[in-house]
Amino acid sequence: MAILAHKFVKKQSRMKILVCISNVPDTTSKINFAEGDTKFDSNGVQFVINPNDEFGLTRAMWFKEKQAATVHVATVGLASSESTIRKALAIGADEAIRVDMEPTNGLAVATQLAKIIKDGAYDLVIAGRESIDYNGGMVPGIIAAQLNYNFVNTCIGLEIEGEKVTATREIDGGKETLSTELPLIIGGQKGLVEESDLRIPNMRGIMMARQKKLNVVPVQEMTNGSEDLKFEKPAPKGAVKLVDANNLSELIDLLHNEAKAI
Amino acid sequence: MSVLVYTESENGKFKKNAFEVASYGYLLAQELNTELTAICINAENPKELENFGVGKVLNVKEAKLPSFNAMAYANVISQALEQENSSQIVLSSSTDTKYMAGILSGKLDAGYCPNVVAAPININPLTLKRAVFSNKGFANTEIKTPIALIGVSSNAFGVIENKVDAEVLDFVPNIEDSDLGVASMAIDKVTGKATIADADIVVSGGRGLKGPENWGMIEELADVLGAATACSKPVSDLGWRPHSEHVGQTGKPVASNLYIAIGISGAIQHLAGVNSSKVKLVINTDPEAPFFKAADYGVVGDAFEVVPELIEKLKEFKAQNA
Repeated sequence: MAILAHKFVKKQSRMKILVCISNVPDTTSKINFAEGDTKFDSNGVQFVINPNDEFGLTRAMWFKEKQAATVHVATVGLASSESTIRKALAIGADEAIRVDMEPTNGLAVATQLAKIIKDGAYDLVIAGRESIDYNGGMVPGIIAAQLNYNFVNTCIGLEIEGEKVTATREIDGGKETLSTELPLIIGGQKGLVEESDLRIPNMRGIMMARQKKLNVVPVQEMTNGSEDLKFEKPAPKGAVKLVDANNLSELIDLLHNEAKAI
Repeated sequence: MSVLVYTESENGKFKKNAFEVASYGYLLAQELNTELTAICINAENPKELENFGVGKVLNVKEAKLPSFNAMAYANVISQALEQENSSQIVLSSSTDTKYMAGILSGKLDAGYCPNVVAAPININPLTLKRAVFSNKGFANTEIKTPIALIGVSSNAFGVIENKVDAEVLDFVPNIEDSDLGVASMAIDKVTGKATIADADIVVSGGRGLKGPENWGMIEELADVLGAATACSKPVSDLGWRPHSEHVGQTGKPVASNLYIAIGISGAIQHLAGVNSSKVKLVINTDPEAPFFKAADYGVVGDAFEVVPELIEKLKEFKAQNA
């Protein structure tokens, strides 16, 4: 009965995942600006995979191991970003793509990644919700609009069965459960996996990473959304007003009358 | 040609950030010599916006959108932009709006400048001051596209009253099925409690509190102040408090009027996340705690003695000032 048999055929193809990673200064870095305050001073700064992206990369590894997904990583960055890309390969990604361009604004970065995603026909794209350097938080949304992918931001839970997706997003004061389908892009963040489950490269991974493909591709035509003209550091803070632990009435008075905070 | 502002509402009521973004939009409209138009979705009292310089409200009452849907809302706002022939959209920094902002940027091929902390530095070209490096720096950012998306930081610009007479018009957008590809199945939310994003006061606890069993006084202090509760990264990593309470560089940002840090030493990553709060009070037993250098007010003392006494004194204060 050919018609009935068709109903029971499930799509068996492996999910193709692209994890987009940003190369950013480590969270403890001191922030300084150089070249007349027109650029971030990277002297002595340790660069790492953006923390939000790490959670996504670990989740991708779960899909690779449990659902036989293939996992590629992509970065928009100069050659200096390659050591960070190799870390992602060492964690277990199969292949990497680097768009040879300085990531100066979100619209440009997203456009480059969208082209890679379209060419590679990825089912699932895992990006970080926001990077800790420029805090743009726009790349996953722009990609979703340009490619017409479903999009879940502040993603802290992701389950996929065939084409069907159940995702959890963090909202103010709680969370929302969403139902959607592939193709999908998510803006992942802390909570997508437990901090204690984050993958770190081991010796074997690092050695294998050296053999894995890191393709460098040229820049595609794009619109630049914005340009950072100049940077500055926050004004230095005034001294703290210390109040004696035995004099909390004075503290309340200061908070109410001076600070107008209560 | 008006400036368009998306004024967010929840359960029909405008959020505080709606008045902030309207205030910013009004300033921008004045500088551009044009009007300010607001678009709101399922808000009960659109005319309320006239107190903040909004001359026209595009009022959307849409049954197909019972709750927030990023793709659909972005589509609605794009249609409003087209009708108004606007070149600037002013947005808030809320979770939902940030979810939608990237989509709008991609749809309109428009430069988006988030985390704006001050009035525009320049109008033509539009140049804005925004926070970068997780509040450890600022950038002067120029928008390069004909349409600009401006994301105003929470509690940064202020709410400024400018009463005008607003015309409220029904706006009926075209909602496609393709906009509704992501469906909301369930919302699990604590109601009646202040959220970190919207609270005027945030009370936060760190490792100095020694264990989750000691959080009762934190919650009580928050209760007395009508505040939201928060915690440092180690506390959430240890599982003493939920992830959703973690504030800091890799957690939620805090931009409240008052941030009270109890038993938190003040690591750089924590400070980065709470820097946008206006007044910081630190209670810590260690006088050398780095947080005291970043605080406005401080009490050196044992939290287990200071906090209960502060709660009592605050209750008296509230009673006297009722």
